[in-house]
Amino acid sequence: MAETIKVGMADLKTCMAPNILTTLGLGSCVGIVLYDPLKKISGLAHIMLPDSTQIRNNDNKAKFADTAIDVLINEMVNMGAKKDRLVAKLAGGAQMFAFSSTNDLMRIGERNVEASKRILNQLGIKILSEDTGANYGRTIEFYSENGDLLIKTIGKDSKII
Amino acid sequence: MSDKMDFNELNEIHIDMLKEIGNIGAGNATTALSQLINKKIDMGVPKVNILEFKDLSEILGGAENPVVGILLNVEGQINGMMMFVLQQSSAHNLVNLLMGRDLDDFTEFTEMDLSALNEIGNIIAGAYLSSLSSLTELKIIASVPYMAMDMAGAILSVPAIEFGKVGDKALLIQTDFGKGKEEVKGYFILIPEMESYNIILNTLGIMG
Repeated sequence: MAETIKVGMADLKTCMAPNILTTLGLGSCVGIVLYDPLKKISGLAHIMLPDSTQIRNNDNKAKFADTAIDVLINEMVNMGAKKDRLVAKLAGGAQMFAFSSTNDLMRIGERNVEASKRILNQLGIKILSEDTGANYGRTIEFYSENGDLLIKTIGKDSKII
Repeated sequence: MSDKMDFNELNEIHIDMLKEIGNIGAGNATTALSQLINKKIDMGVPKVNILEFKDLSEILGGAENPVVGILLNVEGQINGMMMFVLQQSSAHNLVNLLMGRDLDDFTEFTEMDLSALNEIGNIIAGAYLSSLSSLTELKIIASVPYMAMDMAGAILSVPAIEFGKVGDKALLIQTDFGKGKEEVKGYFILIPEMESYNIILNTLGIMG
């Protein structure tokens, strides 16, 4: 039987098929899924901020796009995944409040998405699909068995990306 | 104690002081609310909690539970944000009280309801901020309120990210208004920037 593993805010987890990784109520944070389709090993990080080097309090590696991706890759490689086979899916990075301001503090969702993409790109990890931006929260479930990422939102139909 | 501090290092004296601000702020907010609906409102003793991010949305019924958040940017001698958040059921109670409707009315919010909620949030948050301002004698200017209704986790991600820059915990002040059927549970989240934390605590004579 498949087990559903919950990933909290500023947290990350890995698992193997048939298990499912989930994170609830993503807002401006980004859910980064990494997946080895051959070994069916997957990882999910719920990051809050783009860059650990900009922040003094940066001990929690799961909190930042740059450090969380590194940790996920290492853990997955230890489980038998191959780095050049990894692919990615992204969700989240919403702007929850309709600020008129354009300052960086308010654009945090967008910056989280940009940073995640840039780092994945640098590592040569292809992004298969994404559901990012807009102004609503998302709950996501990743199925290690087939690589489906289910996106649930309030007041809209669920979708698989 | 050093003149700079980390949010994780907040001690009991700091918490007591923030609790006291919460108390006075919530008192002002209750009076404001009571005048608005022209009815006496009871207020519970505010509870102050310092919570890990992962536990923050649990207080609000879980990360997927629908809530209403009203956010104000704070400027002046203190910079940061302030959020007033309540469960959707409490938001319904509040709007029904204000509109003089049946308390069992759980129909969808109209445009008018939403704008009323936004204004209530504005008044409540403003009352809290003005007590902080008079206690510290610091000039605090709040922006127009921004409102969003969505999953608790998603709404709270905005203040959590701000806290995330300085620590792994968030400060939450819970206030209960009314009782029984009319109960409205509201939560204040105050997120000063690190520098502003020092300013607040210094002004209160706790540090330095």
